[in-house]
Amino acid sequence: MSDLQQPTVAIVDYGMGNLFSVKHACEAVGLPAVITSSKREILAAEAVILPGVGAFGDAMDALRRLDLVTVLQDIAVSEKLFVGICLGMQLLMSESREFGVHKGLGIIEGAVLPFDSPLRENRKLKVPQVTWNRIYKVKTEGLHHGSWVHTPLEGLPDGEFMYFVHSYYAVPLDDSVLLSTTRYGHIEFASSLRYRNIFACQFHPERSGPQGLQIYRNLVSFIQDRSVPKEE
Amino acid sequence: MNTRIIPRLDIKGPNLVKGIHLEGLRVLGKPEHFARYYYQQGADELIYMDVVASLYGRNSLLEIVERTSREIFIPLTVGGGLRTLDDIRNALRAGADKVSLNTAAIHNPNLIKAASQRFGSSTILVSIEAIKKPDGCYEAYTDNGRESTGVEVFEWAIKVAELGAGEIMVTSIDREGTGKGFDLKLTRRIAESVPIPVIACGGAGKISDVYDVISQGKADAVSIASILHYNFVKHHDTSDDFSGEGNIEYLRGRRGLSTIQDAPLPEIKNYLTQHGVQCRHPITRAAHV
Repeated sequence: MSDLQQPTVAIVDYGMGNLFSVKHACEAVGLPAVITSSKREILAAEAVILPGVGAFGDAMDALRRLDLVTVLQDIAVSEKLFVGICLGMQLLMSESREFGVHKGLGIIEGAVLPFDSPLRENRKLKVPQVTWNRIYKVKTEGLHHGSWVHTPLEGLPDGEFMYFVHSYYAVPLDDSVLLSTTRYGHIEFASSLRYRNIFACQFHPERSGPQGLQIYRNLVSFIQDRSVPKEE
Repeated sequence: MNTRIIPRLDIKGPNLVKGIHLEGLRVLGKPEHFARYYYQQGADELIYMDVVASLYGRNSLLEIVERTSREIFIPLTVGGGLRTLDDIRNALRAGADKVSLNTAAIHNPNLIKAASQRFGSSTILVSIEAIKKPDGCYEAYTDNGRESTGVEVFEWAIKVAELGAGEIMVTSIDREGTGKGFDLKLTRRIAESVPIPVIACGGAGKISDVYDVISQGKADAVSIASILHYNFVKHHDTSDDFSGEGNIEYLRGRRGLSTIQDAPLPEIKNYLTQHGVQCRHPITRAAHV
């Protein structure tokens, strides 16, 4: 078990976006968290959250400058819980088409594409999508087909509202990593993913009210499960 | 597309205040109490606006922001007196999710560009305070409607979007606090001329005004103050709740304003839903927080 003084969660600070609401949400569910760009602190934590808002290319440049790319890739293949939020989810993908083509962390195969003014009833919708929107269970066959049991979304009803702010969305190559989908205008996109020890969401659970905090509470039990040695 | 309803809390020192045309401020109580209540009632976001910061160049808001951000898990926008990238960083460090810029952005439009590059477009909201001139033109004002700028509102809105702002909040100073309804033409013209979301602000006196600015004004979100605040005050005793300076005569009487038909948030959202406007009604009610 962890020392109480030791932060459980490392929130990766690469200079972009508001990390403090992520920290406040962690603390609200009893997870000591540290905002850090130190490799040592990131590797020492029991779980790592990669948040972020802003431009994909700038974010990757910042991660390279801080020499965090391989650290994050190592975390991704470890047993530790690794959470990507918003831009943090997009960065997990192989590449983005945001102002040219940028290489991502390459942890999940797939691309990041722009919303091209989605249409609904022939009316153009605003980009960025800045609003609450519904997340749905995955209808197609796959690992998480129709169920959120034993996932970070456990306990939430199908169609729950989460808070979104984004102009781009991730398109994973392998549908089986899809955990939830969301519709904006005529576009249906991956609003959350689950792959091995990785959970990633396009929405902001820390800003999605009591329902979003439920996700943080679920993460607590994932972290506790992982900190207990497995008998296999 | 779900239309957001955003309570706006104008703050002076430690108190929530409400004025008319952004002046003649009355003290209504402690902002944290209102914020917590609106959060529980299903507010989609909150806006904290320090209404005197631009005037005195101070910012006493950050402590309130930090306390709020620890107990309220919806997006919080903070504005009033933010002038530099450092000011913005400090607001975000206190727990704000977005900042609202007006005065500093008009004096230095490049601040919008620098701030949206530094912190992400979605973090930067530009507030436009508009006054209608006798010739029918709209002029942008700063310092809560006190200082004229000579800047034409519709050109400014397009420029703001081009400079990288993530959202625009448009306030009609003529309507603000009056309860006469939103300026629908003003809102619609801006909403239709920019690709980014537009928040309508200033003038709601009854629930149907909120509906009108969505259906006719094409607002993507609506900011409401008086309708909600007067409802809160009616049902909660806040008279022991104030501290420091301010006009509290109003609070002792606990009267509403004759032009405002107050209502709680769920009633507003139910009305909108019944009239075909999509908005968020939380499905689950978690036991804690």
